[in-house]
Amino acid sequence: MKNQSLLTRIAFGVGPIIVSLLVTALLIVLVGANPIKVVEKLWVGAFQDLASISNVINFWIPLTLASIGLVVTFIAGLWNIGVEGQILMGALFASGVALFWQIPAPFLIPVEILVAMIGGGLWALLVGSLKVYLGVHEIFGGVALNALANVIAITLITGPWRGQAGGNSRGTPSFPPDAILPPISADLNVSLLAFILVIVVIVVIWLALRGTRWGLQLKATGKNARSALLLGVPTGRSTLSAFIVCGMIAGIAGSYRVLFTFQNLRPLASGGIGFLALLVVLLISLRVLWVPIVTLIFALLLGGSAKLKIDLKLDASLIGVMQDTVVLVVLLFNGLRQRIQERRQLKDHFKPTSITATVENQRVIGDTNE
Amino acid sequence: MSEELINTLSSIIANATPLVIASIGETITERVGVVNLSLDGSIILSAMVGFAAAYVSGNAIVGLFAAMLVGALVALIVAAAGIELKQDQVAIGFVLTLLCADLAQFLGDPYARQPGPQILKTPIPFLQDIPLLGPIFFKQTLLVYFSYILVFGTWYWLFRTRQGLALRAVGERPTTAFARGTNVNRLRYIYVAVGGSLVGLAGAAYSLSVKAGWTTPPSMAGDGWIALAIVIFGGWHPFRVVLGAYLFAALRAFATVAQRSADLNIPVVILNGIPWLLMIVTLVLVSSGAIERLLMVLPRPVQKFTRNFLRSDPPAALGTRFDPE
Amino acid sequence: MQVTLRHIHKRFGAIHANNDINLTFEGGRIVGILGENGAGKSTLMKILSGFQPVDSGEIWIDNRPVAYTGPQAAIHNGIGMLQQDPLDVPAFTVLENFIYGNGDGFFLPRKTATQQLKQISQRFGFELEADMPIAQLSIGQRQQMEIVRLLTLGVKMLILDEPTTGISAEQKQILFDALRHLTKEDGLSVLLVSHKLEDVIALCNEVAVLRAGRLVGTRQMPATNAQLVSLMFGQELAPQTRKQLDLSAAPDALVLDHLYLHGHRVNVDDVNLRIKAGEIVGLAGLDGSGQELVLRACVGLHKSVRGRISLKGQDLTGQSYRSFLAKGVAFGAAGRLEEGLVGGLTLTEHIALANESGSFINWTAARQHCENQIKLYDVRGRPDSMIETLSGGNQQRVLMALMPNSPILLALEQPTRGLDVDSARWIWQQLLERRDRGAAIIFSSPDLDELVAYSDRILVFYAGRIFEIPDANRTTIDEIGRLIGGHFEVQPA
Repeated sequence: MKNQSLLTRIAFGVGPIIVSLLVTALLIVLVGANPIKVVEKLWVGAFQDLASISNVINFWIPLTLASIGLVVTFIAGLWNIGVEGQILMGALFASGVALFWQIPAPFLIPVEILVAMIGGGLWALLVGSLKVYLGVHEIFGGVALNALANVIAITLITGPWRGQAGGNSRGTPSFPPDAILPPISADLNVSLLAFILVIVVIVVIWLALRGTRWGLQLKATGKNARSALLLGVPTGRSTLSAFIVCGMIAGIAGSYRVLFTFQNLRPLASGGIGFLALLVVLLISLRVLWVPIVTLIFALLLGGSAKLKIDLKLDASLIGVMQDTVVLVVLLFNGLRQRIQERRQLKDHFKPTSITATVENQRVIGDTNE
Repeated sequence: MSEELINTLSSIIANATPLVIASIGETITERVGVVNLSLDGSIILSAMVGFAAAYVSGNAIVGLFAAMLVGALVALIVAAAGIELKQDQVAIGFVLTLLCADLAQFLGDPYARQPGPQILKTPIPFLQDIPLLGPIFFKQTLLVYFSYILVFGTWYWLFRTRQGLALRAVGERPTTAFARGTNVNRLRYIYVAVGGSLVGLAGAAYSLSVKAGWTTPPSMAGDGWIALAIVIFGGWHPFRVVLGAYLFAALRAFATVAQRSADLNIPVVILNGIPWLLMIVTLVLVSSGAIERLLMVLPRPVQKFTRNFLRSDPPAALGTRFDPE
Repeated sequence: MQVTLRHIHKRFGAIHANNDINLTFEGGRIVGILGENGAGKSTLMKILSGFQPVDSGEIWIDNRPVAYTGPQAAIHNGIGMLQQDPLDVPAFTVLENFIYGNGDGFFLPRKTATQQLKQISQRFGFELEADMPIAQLSIGQRQQMEIVRLLTLGVKMLILDEPTTGISAEQKQILFDALRHLTKEDGLSVLLVSHKLEDVIALCNEVAVLRAGRLVGTRQMPATNAQLVSLMFGQELAPQTRKQLDLSAAPDALVLDHLYLHGHRVNVDDVNLRIKAGEIVGLAGLDGSGQELVLRACVGLHKSVRGRISLKGQDLTGQSYRSFLAKGVAFGAAGRLEEGLVGGLTLTEHIALANESGSFINWTAARQHCENQIKLYDVRGRPDSMIETLSGGNQQRVLMALMPNSPILLALEQPTRGLDVDSARWIWQQLLERRDRGAAIIFSSPDLDELVAYSDRILVFYAGRIFEIPDANRTTIDEIGRLIGGHFEVQPA
């Protein structure tokens, strides 16, 4: 990609965004709304006041965590579609602690988060073990375990965790105040602890992938597991560790959803954040430091979309459509760019040579039949 | 046999039909060497479009064709991205899964919870009077009858025609197919479109028959993934695939029955989990070589037949690209 | 049928694979196409049979120029090629493969096709059952199937690429007889691409020799082995001299004690082997005769059902490949980019990966180390080059650089596969240096010359049975050839 002009590079960088904006605009017009109005509402929805900004950050925190976790599995060549279930399991484990464990206040929250990491990690380990020991592809294992996590959550919410008062099929009773992450202030409704945790996770994973044997082994396993094994990489362990690390980070994301956003356990507590994180990872081609930027854009769109349904009667899935389209178009543009590049290289290599045929210097064998 | 049991069996056949059609569609797609992972999304989108088209035109048949068109288009995006743009079919398929589901929800908003046309049952004269079999198999909708023909037709096409040879060769070893004069990529486009349109038809089979109407969240969400698993369970063989689809539908029916009868006393949620547990168990059986070990126990003459029936190798060129040069 | 090549040119990037080739082939004759690896003979045959488009030049058939795109069109023009790895569909049955690409229509003509298949098979003594799955056939049978298919399609010129690699002695005899019948009785023209000179001498009426993309000579047969070698290499090869070590006092490096190995297709029972430090043991045999199982068992990649395995007196039975590595074993697989190197990683990353040292990686030191290794092993590449951009010879050099300097045991599958003569010689020089430092070496090779030139002892494998040639210096290629075909009753000289 080095020998491409600045112009082509900009075209391929901005092109997908323009194309997907056009597609989305077309859709909006199609359902009889005004795209300009939509942009206005999105802007207002995201930046109106401290509450809406908090709302954006509250999307950003779990989304960034899940995306960072997924980078780890994707580097190891693993399509961890089960991240959705891992988030939910983190949420579920944290809720268990919040509802039933009597721990003094200063220790309660760290224990909740730690247990959430264990929950997410175990659920991911299950997908990993199915793959490593039993040969089940992680996409199918993941999808099944996502659904099972949902089933388990609903079972608990409607059954044993229902509680005497306040619980119904839409969620458990609210957690005690000590179990909930404190906000920075009443206006800026964001957990500082979680924010710091996100930054720490980004830095630690970035360093681990760059500078440790573990990171290099993950990369080798992802590129060619067979060769990696022969070079002495414990590939099975590498694969499992990638799943566990991802699951643990996803678990933190899940704990944030229940310990801060909802303050109780609900069905679908992860709310598609895992799938969104998969889109993010497809978009950034495994560069960790791009994660917080892309997730911020996604979070802004999500935060902004709150006003769409109320003010314009547009379904909030419009934002999903927009995000999905961007990723699809980016992938297609990547392919297009590679194709153009290969064409150009081919032309450089094979300059046609013209040879005029002369029959005189034919070498003939087989004309002397003994 | 009791009336109730016959009714249950008949409804199992009916409810399994979208799964049958979708997984046969994906079987064809994968047999030619392409993975269309977008099933869960494209079924939802084609269900919505199928319902909307039928609703607007007042004609269910229009809905069927609209849904098939949508399914084919989505599948062709996967094929084109894989063949022309050399992109990972899994990644494209996954993004399309989400995109289709979101699109369906966004565009389908006006049609949600509206009453619309449905495909009605058309019992086949004479056949429906056969004791037992008649009421179970031949008092159904045209879609169900189509699924019978589809399964046998696909089997026949794959294993008994020259076109079938070319189709399988492209999915197994495209270099050979090329050497024998088959246009590998053209064939892939054609069969991916056919497979995709069947997936679309499956979507319409939900919204115009089995789970008639359109709702958000869509009632058939998750079935696309099950269909994908059924293809693996079915070892890419139409007869086994259809068996898998009926098995899943039967399990679900059992769950609903258990739900209604209080004396069984099984928590409903656990029954809801059964299809997914079964999916994991079958994948483990197929993937881990456990079947192979199981076979060793059987007596020799049975072994050969069972081995052929349980063969579970995916098409060798599945998900790969082919350049003629 | 007369086929003429005129001024054929073909380039792959910087390599001029075919440079102005002019040749005429007459019907009724068997022509050997000779040349060392990379001489351009396979490319020329692929052009002739439609698998590769030509850059410039013409193909004339019976005094008319023809232009075709693709192998199917070449077959219509009467030219068919049997690839080294026969182009069939493993998931098909023999009959399905026979029918596919043969005729039009909707239904499968099972009856007539079965009859046709039987007829031609019987004529040549081929053993082909219509309902056999291809995956269960031997390479020899798959070749036979492909020949039957091409003949049914009316091919007048049959091209065979290394047809005797991986087939049994009997199958080779059947094949040669069939080719003789086809040329003498049916007037077919046969082109035989082979580096096995004994095959060429046995079969061909004449030879054409390519070197570095050019046609350098043709010759009527008969000719002696030495004459053909001098045509191929420009001079006769001097026998390789290898310093012999006195092994009488050397300690055992590896001991296999009553090992039972079970593979997919072949079992090797009761393997007993002692390899001394500084000893080189070569494994001969057709693909899948069991030598791969033994080689991989030596490094813990294949678990034995029974028996013990020990390295320098230390029992390692049942241990993992990684613990073998830690104990000083190195393994090199035949497919470099499939098993050994990681495409998408740089040279430096490979070096860092192979050097076990702590949890953190010092990239400056790794890069420095990589630069040293590049110099030491004369690799054409930079520390940040992706491994897959290197040529095969350079990849093999990197693999050598990744191996420990003084291992106890080196186990190598086809260490010079696909390399030119220079690179192959260089690799052996490296291996011998490690041998001199006390490493035991066990390697497999399809190349009998290589086995005889470098081994102290040779083990010949046939269908899981092992025949030992205790002194490689006192054997002949003919003798090993017979053993590989399963004639174990012949005692070594």
